[in-house]
Amino acid sequence: MREYIYMDNAATTPVKDEVLEEMMPFFKEKYGNPSSIYSLGQTSKVAVEKAREQVAKSIAAKKEEIYFTAGGSESDNWAIKGIAYKNKKKGNHIITSKIEHHAVLHTCEYLEKDGFEVTYLNVDKDGIVDLEELKNSIKDTTILITIMTANNEIGTIEPIKEIGEIAKSKGIIFHTDAVQAMGNIKIDVNDMNIDLLSMSAHKVYGPKGIGALYVRKGIKLDSLITGGGQERNKRAGTENVPAIVGMGKAIELAYENLEEHNNKLISLRDNLIKKIEDSIDEIKLNGHRTKRLPGNVNFSFKYIEGESLLLSLDMVGIAGSSGSACTSGSLDPSHVLLGIGLDHEIAHGSLRLSLGDFNNEEEINYVVEELKKIVQKLRMMSPLYDKLEGEK
Amino acid sequence: MYSKTVMEHFTNPRNVGEIENADGIGEVGNVKCGDIMRMYLKIEDNTIKDVKFKTFGCGSAIASSSMATELIKGKTIDEAMNLTNKAVADALDGLPPIKMHCSVLAEQAIKAALLDYSKKNNIHIEGLEDINFDDDLHDHDIEE
Repeated sequence: MREYIYMDNAATTPVKDEVLEEMMPFFKEKYGNPSSIYSLGQTSKVAVEKAREQVAKSIAAKKEEIYFTAGGSESDNWAIKGIAYKNKKKGNHIITSKIEHHAVLHTCEYLEKDGFEVTYLNVDKDGIVDLEELKNSIKDTTILITIMTANNEIGTIEPIKEIGEIAKSKGIIFHTDAVQAMGNIKIDVNDMNIDLLSMSAHKVYGPKGIGALYVRKGIKLDSLITGGGQERNKRAGTENVPAIVGMGKAIELAYENLEEHNNKLISLRDNLIKKIEDSIDEIKLNGHRTKRLPGNVNFSFKYIEGESLLLSLDMVGIAGSSGSACTSGSLDPSHVLLGIGLDHEIAHGSLRLSLGDFNNEEEINYVVEELKKIVQKLRMMSPLYDKLEGEK
Repeated sequence: MYSKTVMEHFTNPRNVGEIENADGIGEVGNVKCGDIMRMYLKIEDNTIKDVKFKTFGCGSAIASSSMATELIKGKTIDEAMNLTNKAVADALDGLPPIKMHCSVLAEQAIKAALLDYSKKNNIHIEGLEDINFDDDLHDHDIEE
């Protein structure tokens, strides 16, 4: 059996050696609490502040504008709820899109139950938000626009700079969930007029359970986690020092090597797309062909169901993911795939392969060969494929 | 998540295919929910001489189809009528709760095929009168 081929880097990534190495001393030797006044505590404090600097630099922010959280979901929750409650006297309207991550969508739904009004923007067939619809949705009561930088399922990169300009011109706060985009595309919060930005470490070869929220200086928001005075009184709880150190290192590495990483991944991605399209018929590439994350490949294979596909791939040592209902644990296939206008049948047959720094060309060839066999086998079993054969 | 038996039947499904001039064909499920099962029966002397299936669906839908065909092959119509979804699930060494509806689909696909057979041959099969194949099997709360 060959080595396991991991192509689910959009789900999570392994921690890189250099990252783990930086983290290790902060578990046992340098275990001090950053809030403590003695030197052991101050060593931790210095490490946390260094990481804050590393994270800030990656998005052209100031160090004081970065707050560490327990991950991307907390950052999204905090940004949206924090801005909503802080500004509820000013207005109660929030604009988002139909293809956001659940951390954003379910937070918006939560706020709807508490008297807020939410507009869920449509996206086009490639998953790109309609800027005209965005402009037309803005009201006097609009307090927040929250649109993801890049989509986690189909990899589509949104026109964030344009959205930022619209928000700025109307004086509306703009938040973006950049969890998938971090380490994959260049982000400049000033150039893009971003007021708040959510990020996570474990998508960029850092540890799980740590994230950050960028909050532009002057933007006020309510706290989500109240308690001690950590993170300048904005986010309570003793800092997860090893994870913060790991996040700083991981993000620094990602942006040092951005061009190299992108060139490699885009080449692998486009090769994988081309080889799948050349060898399997009746398929559809989901997401925009070029405005997409460097490692994202997402196809729908007609007449078959995604979970069967994933199980079959796993048996030949390949890890991927799917937007089928059976893998999401709900009745419906992915809201993102339905959002770009796929019908249920095609949405159930989706496969996402997300490439990362440890994938190579040889793996791509193996995956295409195996995928071809699996799709054929499952189609021969499918009553939908059979109907089609009958019609021919 | 899945038992070894489920994985074995998913990997090497029994009785996949179609039967030409089948005596009864039943199809249940719908594309919207992500699973469709179609069963073909060859019936002689009140006995299921052969059975084949085609399924669009997840691993447990394919395994349930495969196991259900094995459980009724060579059995009488009455015996096939008595096959419950629980028997299918038990034979697979269990299914996760959220996947129990797959075993229900398998039971219903067999009954739908038997109903087709009874209509074609104008005979009465006890127990098929009050079956409602339109039931929403997808509340995913079917009891184990």
